[in-house]
Amino acid sequence: MSVLNWSGVLSPSAAWHVPEEPAENLVLDVRDLRMRYGRTDVLSGVSFGARRGEVLALLGPNGAGKTTTIEILEGFRMRSSGQVSVLGTDPARGGEAWRARIGVVLQSWRDHGKWRVRELLAHLGSYYAPYSGPPGRGGSRAPGVPRPWDVDELIATVGLTEQAGQRVRRLSGGQRRRLDVAIGIVGRPELLFLDEPTAGFDPEARREFHDLVHRLADREEATILLTTHDLDEAEKLADRILILAAGRIIADGSADELSRLMSTEAEVRWSRDGQRFVHSADEPTRFVSELFRQYGESVEDLEVRRASLEDTYMALVRQAESEGSGSGLGGGDAIRKFAVVAG
Amino acid sequence: MNASWVAARAGVRRGWIELKHTFTTPSDLVTLLIFTGILLGVMLWTHNTTVPGTHFSLGTAMLASMLGMTVGFNGLATLGSILTVEREDGTLLRAKATPNGMTGYLIGKVVTVSGTILISVAATLITGALLFSGLAVGSASTWLTLIPVVLLGLLATLPIGAVLGSLFPSARSAGLLTLAMGGLAAISGIFYPITHLPHWLQWVGQMFPLYWLGLGTRSALLPANLASVEVGHSWRHLATFGVLSAWAVAGLLAAPILLRWVARRESGSSVAARREKVLRQAAG
Repeated sequence: MSVLNWSGVLSPSAAWHVPEEPAENLVLDVRDLRMRYGRTDVLSGVSFGARRGEVLALLGPNGAGKTTTIEILEGFRMRSSGQVSVLGTDPARGGEAWRARIGVVLQSWRDHGKWRVRELLAHLGSYYAPYSGPPGRGGSRAPGVPRPWDVDELIATVGLTEQAGQRVRRLSGGQRRRLDVAIGIVGRPELLFLDEPTAGFDPEARREFHDLVHRLADREEATILLTTHDLDEAEKLADRILILAAGRIIADGSADELSRLMSTEAEVRWSRDGQRFVHSADEPTRFVSELFRQYGESVEDLEVRRASLEDTYMALVRQAESEGSGSGLGGGDAIRKFAVVAG
Repeated sequence: MNASWVAARAGVRRGWIELKHTFTTPSDLVTLLIFTGILLGVMLWTHNTTVPGTHFSLGTAMLASMLGMTVGFNGLATLGSILTVEREDGTLLRAKATPNGMTGYLIGKVVTVSGTILISVAATLITGALLFSGLAVGSASTWLTLIPVVLLGLLATLPIGAVLGSLFPSARSAGLLTLAMGGLAAISGIFYPITHLPHWLQWVGQMFPLYWLGLGTRSALLPANLASVEVGHSWRHLATFGVLSAWAVAGLLAAPILLRWVARRESGSSVAARREKVLRQAAG
């Protein structure tokens, strides 16, 4: 039901749409978004949408325009052209009531260093109080949900109860990041933007953060758009993955769907007579049966690997970047011989 | 309740919280005390010198001037440099990401800086009145002049301070602002009667609010005969009111426009870019 769209394969203008979804049900609706700085096109026709409660991961190489896209959606940056609707409103004209319904997790540095954790969250939360209760048109939150989030509950949710009375500048890097997330969600946003939220996290902090995102999406029904360089993270968190390269969305689908795109590229490894072999097969089943027919039980250490998300990502990005220069995805039928290891 | 009203109240609370932070953070407190301490030291040192042409202690006269300077200097330089610092560290962006956050932020800043100024003025005045004789702290007319001068002074300098803070691109360059203020203080008749300066410098000095603030607080606290060393041998209350009001109006007109312009340009990547730059400079 999700539409896979390869720009340049299906439609060059990348007119993304969810066919059976009326536009007003989309929390995010971006059509043909363009951004140009001077004579450089940073975004050249980005289109995608998001439904309520969906978690979207925006992937792409550095300089692909991820941050620019997210800042346009946050209303922090003006676009050159295109249609953008965020919670039913054009972010370029979003007022304070609109602002109250979105959450932004910023990259922190050293702001509010003298404030205490609880003090800061209570203060920033107080701005949301007038926007409590049932939202206006386009919002789909159950009526009566109070804004802001109860401070102590929120502090417990992000795991900072022990640090509640501590000055912000005394927090560790991971704690500080959790505070940033808490600030981003203190107004119980219907839509949350996370720009590289786990950069610099240790594995445990990362795991805790992932649990928190799942909880927000499931229990709070928040729509979440996050950017990341961690493909594993995208695969774990996102219902849908968007790959942004060279200023456009080059793929849009679940991690599974994206991997299947590249299923032609399964990798077969084996060894025979002490030599190791790697082969990229279009049809791995046929290849392996052929292999056995030919060599029988002398085939050892057999391993068949579907393309991982990382392989898919690399292939798609490489293709997008070399587009126009004529080289497509390599078929790769040649058997590459690895270093010969005896025994 | 109306959202702007909520934000305004949040702003006042914010100002109060940050004022408490200033007075509970040792480094901030030390900065404040050093400033006042140096001034009092200078006054003690010049205590036995007299204002030229009079028998009045130069130290005491300087103390009266100093109150006006405290208002002007901090109104112009402190708010300005706080704005550049907090633009750089992301505080401003945080405010922008909050509904009505900029309103709250600005009100908070005005409360914090005004509060700091008023406390400094009170501290200097109380210490000065205990250490020096000759200040007319007992009469009602003193307070009827002093309070309006200080309040009008805040109104004349805080918005201009915000304008300056918006114009300086980084916290480092805003250091120049403090330096420039020091230069301005030297030609504003704070430490020595302005009538002893070359004519053209007197004119330059009188263009800025600092001179008029000093004149205003002197007129409140010093005996009437000391007006003889001022320009035109008068305290010039009307002119003081006029010039300070003009600066207030100019500042109040320009500040919202510039602050909106600054706020509009804030985004995650602009804060990140400035952070990179600062870290690079610190490393290199």
